[in-house]
Amino acid sequence: MTIDLFILLLIGFMLAAGLIAVETSDLLSAVIAVGAAGFALSVIDLLLGAPDLAFPQVLVEIITLVLLIRMIMTRRDTSRQTPRDTLRTAVVLLGGGVFLVAAFLAVVGLGAGATVPAFGEPLLAGGHPGVSAAYLWQFDKDTGVANCVMGILLDYRAYDTLGEATVIFVAIMGGYVVLRKVGRKRQAQEPSP
Amino acid sequence: MGIAIYMLTFLLLLIGVYALVAKKNLVRIIMGIAILEYAVNLLLVLVGYRRDGTPPILPRGQTAAELAARAVDPLPQALVLTSIVIGLSVTALAVALAVRLYDKYGTFDMNDIRNLRG
Repeated sequence: MTIDLFILLLIGFMLAAGLIAVETSDLLSAVIAVGAAGFALSVIDLLLGAPDLAFPQVLVEIITLVLLIRMIMTRRDTSRQTPRDTLRTAVVLLGGGVFLVAAFLAVVGLGAGATVPAFGEPLLAGGHPGVSAAYLWQFDKDTGVANCVMGILLDYRAYDTLGEATVIFVAIMGGYVVLRKVGRKRQAQEPSP
Repeated sequence: MGIAIYMLTFLLLLIGVYALVAKKNLVRIIMGIAILEYAVNLLLVLVGYRRDGTPPILPRGQTAAELAARAVDPLPQALVLTSIVIGLSVTALAVALAVRLYDKYGTFDMNDIRNLRG
């Protein structure tokens, strides 16, 4: 039960950091607050028995922080302190309330029972264990690795990982095309007739 | 307790949606996307958690059947690992677009960018 309390506190920390990130006026403190939320998430992953997620999360968080700080450090924030857009805020609050009620009913269960498994009792441990249990029972014979997550990622679902690599490649190409300097400079030097 | 954990995660998701919908600054919109990703990843890992479960890594001298009785669900972890890395590339592409917009218009504010267009 203590681990539940720890996780609850850490999610509360993430909530506070997210609110600061969204509402504070200084962009640098907002970016740092997002970083704090990400590092808290990696600690939660460790507590939830997912070290394979905690380490990439820390790595991704550092790269995200570097990118965001690099983006805002040399650029002046000229956005005006506009009065709150009441219509959009009201829409978000209303939609968020409906969403929270629906989510609460899905977690608690109404009529046909909860659709989300209760915390601490995954489908794996229930009557219909499903595909995760099949992976867990056979992964050492099928793949020969000791880490089941890596066995799933690189053997059972290797095509997903190939697609992930494709997405990263496309994102890098997109960033390169958007940020390239050569074409712009040539255009400026040789004005087209 | 479990319900409170789930509901706080949904609340975190709502903070991300709020930043995405109600904010006009491009940096805040990117941060909203990041917070949204955190919340979704966290929810998927929470759904796969088993109380007092061990990480799905096979210790020496143990069979897979023994591990399957105690380990947390490995499938959401494998898919969330993909999602984390894709989230990084989404953030990087969004930052590139925001930097290009700043170079062209000199501001991160969506209202000003809209007014300057044309």
